[in-house]
Amino acid sequence: MQDALGSVQSILVLGGTSDIAQATALELTRGGARRFVLAGRDVAGLDANAKELLAAGASQVDTRQFDAVDTYGHESFVREAFGVLGDVDLVLVAFGVLGDQERLDHDRQAAMDLIAVNYVGAVSVLYPVVEHMKEQGHGTICVLSTVAAERARRSNYVYGSSKAGLDWFCQGLGDALVGTGVHVMIVRPGMVRTRMTEGMEDVPLTVDPEDVAAAIREGLASGREIVWVPGPIRWVMSGLRHVPRALFRRLPV
Amino acid sequence: MDENIELLTGWGGTAPTATRVAEPHSPGDVREAIAEAPDRGLVARGLARSYGDAAQNAGGVVLRMTELAAVHDVDIEGAGVTVDAGVSLEQLMRLLVPLGLFPMVTPGTCQVTVGGAIAADVHGKNHHGVGSFCNHVEAFTLETPQGTRHVTPDRDPDVFWATAGGMGLTGVVTQARLRMKRIRTSRIRMDTERASDLDDAMSRMEQRDSDYHYSVAWIDVMARGSHMGRSVITRGDFAEPDELPTRMRSDPLGFKPSTVLTAPPWFPNGLLNKVSVRAFNELWFRKAPRHQEGAIVPLASFHHPLDFVHGWNRIYGTRGFLQYQFVVPYGPEGEAAVRTAVERLSAHGAPSFRAVLKRFGPGNPGHLSFPMPGWTLTLDVPAGMPGLAGLCDGLDEVVLEAGGRLYLAKESRAKPWVIHPMYPRLDEWREIRAKLDPGGVLRSDMARRLDLC
Repeated sequence: MQDALGSVQSILVLGGTSDIAQATALELTRGGARRFVLAGRDVAGLDANAKELLAAGASQVDTRQFDAVDTYGHESFVREAFGVLGDVDLVLVAFGVLGDQERLDHDRQAAMDLIAVNYVGAVSVLYPVVEHMKEQGHGTICVLSTVAAERARRSNYVYGSSKAGLDWFCQGLGDALVGTGVHVMIVRPGMVRTRMTEGMEDVPLTVDPEDVAAAIREGLASGREIVWVPGPIRWVMSGLRHVPRALFRRLPV
Repeated sequence: MDENIELLTGWGGTAPTATRVAEPHSPGDVREAIAEAPDRGLVARGLARSYGDAAQNAGGVVLRMTELAAVHDVDIEGAGVTVDAGVSLEQLMRLLVPLGLFPMVTPGTCQVTVGGAIAADVHGKNHHGVGSFCNHVEAFTLETPQGTRHVTPDRDPDVFWATAGGMGLTGVVTQARLRMKRIRTSRIRMDTERASDLDDAMSRMEQRDSDYHYSVAWIDVMARGSHMGRSVITRGDFAEPDELPTRMRSDPLGFKPSTVLTAPPWFPNGLLNKVSVRAFNELWFRKAPRHQEGAIVPLASFHHPLDFVHGWNRIYGTRGFLQYQFVVPYGPEGEAAVRTAVERLSAHGAPSFRAVLKRFGPGNPGHLSFPMPGWTLTLDVPAGMPGLAGLCDGLDEVVLEAGGRLYLAKESRAKPWVIHPMYPRLDEWREIRAKLDPGGVLRSDMARRLDLC
C-alpha cells in the first residue's frame, strides 16, 4: 500500500533495464519499497539490476521476460506479475526506444517498429494494468514521457510523436480513472544522460537518471499528475510552445 | 443494504483508496456482509477519525456502521449502558449527561463511535487514573466469519483483549455494554498553569498529575532556544454543584454542545506554515493564564475543543496531514526520547499547532492496545512539509530504541519493520485472530501496509 507520504511497497517495472527505471527503483527502495517485478527483453540485464536492488534492501525481486511488441501476451503477462506481487502499488512504464532520426527519415519499417514499442506496446500493456489496479482499488501508474512530446522537433519527431501519443493517452486515462483509486502520473524529463542518449551532447538543463528518480519520488508524495524534470523545464517548454514554427525550426534545440 | 463505490481516506485525508461501502442496519446485515465478503475482504468504519488507513479497504468492502446506532438499555443506578457499535460518544453524552452519566473515557473528540473506540482502545485525559476505553467495556457482541460471539473479559479474555485495540481485524463489534462515570454537573473545574520550557512542564506534570482526574499539556513545539517546549498545562475534575456559579445551579447537568463554525470545503495549501502557526502558538501561549485555579468551564470545551469547528481537518489543504503520536516508558531513556523529539521538531520548524503531552498510567492486557506507563506526545503536521518522511523515520527510531511505540489509530506512514517490534505481542494476537478469521476476511489498508495479519 502507498502510505500517507507517498512511499510505495511493491513495484512492477516495465523496461527494467532502463537507466531511469533502475535509478527510480533504487530511490524507492531507499524510501521503503521491498517487492519488485522487473520486466524487459534483456534477462541478463534484469538479473544484474535485481541483484543491485536486493543489495539495496529489497526483499523480493522477480525478473520476467516482457516484449512490448508481443501485445498478444500482455494480458497474461500482467496477470502473472500481479499474481507474484499481490497488491501492486506502482507500475513504472519505462520502456522505449529513441531511434536514429536520420535513418527514421526514410526507413518506414524502422518508424513503425519504434511506434509499435513506444506507443502501441505501452497502450496495449496499460489496459490490463488498469483493469488489475481498478480491481485492487488503489495504485499509481507512472509513465515516462518526454519534453519532446510537448513540441515536435526536426531532430526526433518520430520518437516525439510516439511519446506525444502516449502522453495524451495517459492524460485522458488519468481523468477517466478519477474516483477509482488509481492514479496516473506522467513524467516529462528533458535530456537525461543515459545509455539511450549516449554520445549526444548535453544541452542546458540536462539531468541524470537519479534526478528523474528523485522527482518521481517527490511526485508520488505530492500526488502529482505531471512531473517535469528538472522542474524549470516546464516554463522553458511553455515558452517554446509559442515560438512560431519558422523560428523554432532554426533553434538549436 | 445500500452500497456505493467510494474513495475513502482517514481523518488525515491522505492515501485515498476505492472501496464498496455498505451500510448495515442490523446485526443480520453485518453477518450477511461477512458471509458474502469478496476476496479482498471487509472492515468496519465508524466516524472515520482514525488518521490513517485503518478504516479503508481498497478493492474490498467497508461497512459504515453509523446507521447501527440504537441505545438499548440505560441503567442509571448501576451506571451502565448497552448500545449499538455505531452510537457516537456525542450521542451518548447528549442522552446521558443530563441523567448524570458520562463515558469513563473520551478521546479529544466525541465524534467517534463506540465500535471505533473499542477497535482503537482510545484513551483520554484521565488515562493516568482510569486506563483506556476497553478497561470499562463489560461485554460486546462480535460478528466474525466463524459466527457471533458474546465476549466478556472474564469469559473470553483472549478474544476480548485481541479486539481491544485490534483495529477491527478480529471481527465487527455490533453491540457493547459500557460502564459509565457518575457526574453531578456538566462543568469542569479547571486549573491552568504555564510551564516555561519542556523540563519545567514535565516536572510539573510529574508532581501534580495524580491530584487530578484529567490532565494534559499543550506544547508549543515551534518555540526555540530557552523557550523550547513551553507549555500550558490544564487539569481538572467534574465540578460539584455547589462550585457552580449561582446562575448555573438550577440546571447543573445542562449540556448543549454545538458546532459554532464550519471549515469551508476548500482551503489553500500552505495556509498552515511556519509563520502562521508560530504566530498562533504565540497567541495561544500568551492567552493562557500564568496560573489560575478553579475556573468553571463546559465539559465540551475542556474535553473536545476542536469539535467546535466542523471539518477542521480541511485547513491542511488538499495534501492532508498526519498525526504523529508515540508513547515512551517513564525513566531517563523515555524522557530523553521526548526531549529529542521536541528538539528535532523545533529545529525542523514543523508547523504544529496542537502538540499535546500527557502521562499514561498502566496499560491493559490488549495485545495491540497502545497505552503503556510513560509519556505520550502527539502532534499534527501537514503532509506536504518538506523532509517530513525523514523526520518521522528518525523519530520512529528514537521511539523504538526507548522501548516505546506508535499509536495505530493515528498511524499512516510507518514501516512494518518498525511497527512489529513496537508491539511484541503481535504474534500472539495473530494466533487468536487466525482462529476467529481463518480465511482472512477481515482486512484493511492498514493491515496490508503494516503486514499485520
